[in-house]
Amino acid sequence: MSPALAVAAALLVSALLVVAAGAPVVASFEALIRGAFGSKFALLETLVVATPLIFTGLSVAIAFRARLYNIGAEGQLYAGALAAAAVATGKLGLPEGVLLPAALVGGFIGGGVVLAAPAMLKTHLHVDEVVTTLLLNFILLLVVSLVVLGPWKDPLFASASVPVLADAKLPRFTGTRLGYGIVLAGAAACLLWILIHRTGLGYRIQAIGSNRRAAEFHGISATRTILATALISGGLAGLAGTVQLLGSTYRLSEGLAIGYGYAGIVVALLARLHALGVLGAAVFFAAVKTGSDNLAREFAVPPAIADVIQGLALLFMLAALLLVNFRIRRK
Amino acid sequence: MMELFNHIGDIFGSGGFFEATLRIGVVFLLGTLGELICERAGVMNLGVEGIMVLGAMTGFTAVYLLGNLWLGVLLALLVGGLAGYVHGVFSVKLALNQHVTGIALTFLASGLAFFGYRLLTEHADVKTELPKIEPFDSVAIPLLSKIPGVGPVLFDQTPLAYLAFLLVPVTWYVLTRTPAGLALRTAGENPLCLESAGISSHRVRMCAVVVGSMLMGLAGAYLSTSYFNAFQPGIVSGRGWICVALVIFANWRAGRVLVGALLFAGVEAVAVRIQALGIDAPSQLFLMLPYVLTIVALVAVARRASYPAALLVPFRRGERV
Repeated sequence: MSPALAVAAALLVSALLVVAAGAPVVASFEALIRGAFGSKFALLETLVVATPLIFTGLSVAIAFRARLYNIGAEGQLYAGALAAAAVATGKLGLPEGVLLPAALVGGFIGGGVVLAAPAMLKTHLHVDEVVTTLLLNFILLLVVSLVVLGPWKDPLFASASVPVLADAKLPRFTGTRLGYGIVLAGAAACLLWILIHRTGLGYRIQAIGSNRRAAEFHGISATRTILATALISGGLAGLAGTVQLLGSTYRLSEGLAIGYGYAGIVVALLARLHALGVLGAAVFFAAVKTGSDNLAREFAVPPAIADVIQGLALLFMLAALLLVNFRIRRK
Repeated sequence: MMELFNHIGDIFGSGGFFEATLRIGVVFLLGTLGELICERAGVMNLGVEGIMVLGAMTGFTAVYLLGNLWLGVLLALLVGGLAGYVHGVFSVKLALNQHVTGIALTFLASGLAFFGYRLLTEHADVKTELPKIEPFDSVAIPLLSKIPGVGPVLFDQTPLAYLAFLLVPVTWYVLTRTPAGLALRTAGENPLCLESAGISSHRVRMCAVVVGSMLMGLAGAYLSTSYFNAFQPGIVSGRGWICVALVIFANWRAGRVLVGALLFAGVEAVAVRIQALGIDAPSQLFLMLPYVLTIVALVAVARRASYPAALLVPFRRGERV
């Protein structure tokens, strides 16, 4: 109920922006929807954008459930892509048959390690993770830039690495740009749902997140739970970069997935940190993006309207939750 | 590495280094003071990055369209305050999660900024030439600017820079020596105590968030009307997030904000200058330096960090504690 309310309210308010841009309101929203779902191509493009968003959304969802405020999905995404690229471009000299699984595992570990470090700083030295994960975003983007413009540079490209080997590529659905990454993303969402709701670790994560003191009295180790959460959360963000690299761009570059990590925060919160809800939220977020691009083409409405709609949707979502939770029930 | 040592004279020796540090330090100073005011009242404002972008856009386009620099500054303050009010409505009045509210606000504010910029500068041909304004001139203070050595560096700044440095003692004084400051700090330490003294915690927190966000808007306006003379997408490029780190580094003290802002600005200036010298090492390593050092600094101060006790804790009137 509340997500639909929030989205409706966000679209209503952003109609004001459409008016300000001098475009017809109804036709603009038609263009927005057409750009997102109007044709087979549009729909597939929306799913292409949604694929990494599902991973970053899941990453943030599990971290926030443990009250590990991971604002660094962006950096973990790039760390994952970096590790996956090391494997997939053949730098490690692995046999061709294992390249794809090894790259996926490498991407997961790469992302996980990058969140595990600030998580350890949090658990052992009480360093605020919001700021450290955030700063790591900038550092990792610079590391990628360093590698892409330096040792891994493709001489034929201005700022991209050499391509991944053919064996490491994620297959695509025939005749489309959509890779099997979307299947992996869906599977990850289901696995995460099972992890959160049907396993001991999931129980501990939720316990630490809802009341850390009580959970610790119950004998749950906050340190171990938070570190495990960090590895999973960072790993999922790392997979976002990996899937983007192996299924979509095939080359590591600074522009691999700019902003997808930050967007994951909005996606996770729109989904109310629910693993399966992330699927819907990511598709919504992607639809707003592809739809806005079409809106910009047809009516010259600045594409930044996408950020506005997404920000508004999140704020209204929060407010709607409040209204739903505190509504007056009549007997 | 040896080469780097040979260049130390070039990096620090000339007055240009300290000028560059002060110039960029103003951004961190204003943003961090704004964040500090919010956090001392118990509200973390992660909207700072977005509010700075919005302030930069407002300041720039106001000057570009209306031709008055101070009007641009005024509007940036106003828009910053408005953004702060939105944050306050959600995080204070509705008692929603402060992290989440701030991130949503950053999305919203920077989206609005880029949207507004494109609309308001529509007639200008952005593709061929970036719209530009005549930025603030530096104003030399008579006599003081004539002091050999430090004079030209310290006392030949743009008006907003003087304002920023003046705001450090003003913030300190207001926070620690006035009843309003006491109320603000109490809202951040123990809002219930403030309520029992007959002062509305919500009102105090709202005021703090609005005033703090005004300073963030001002930081943005400084970027687009004093530091640069144009607005471009990467104008803030994460400097707002750095302010959140600097508040912790400053241990929530106004005086230490000055130290933190200038230290960080100094490191950034060093990184840029090393890059400009063309030393044979990847420039990314130097650009990384400020972020790495900030993390190191945060680790170093973490044990002694004295968070406002009610930071991140929403106050709901009438709720049992």
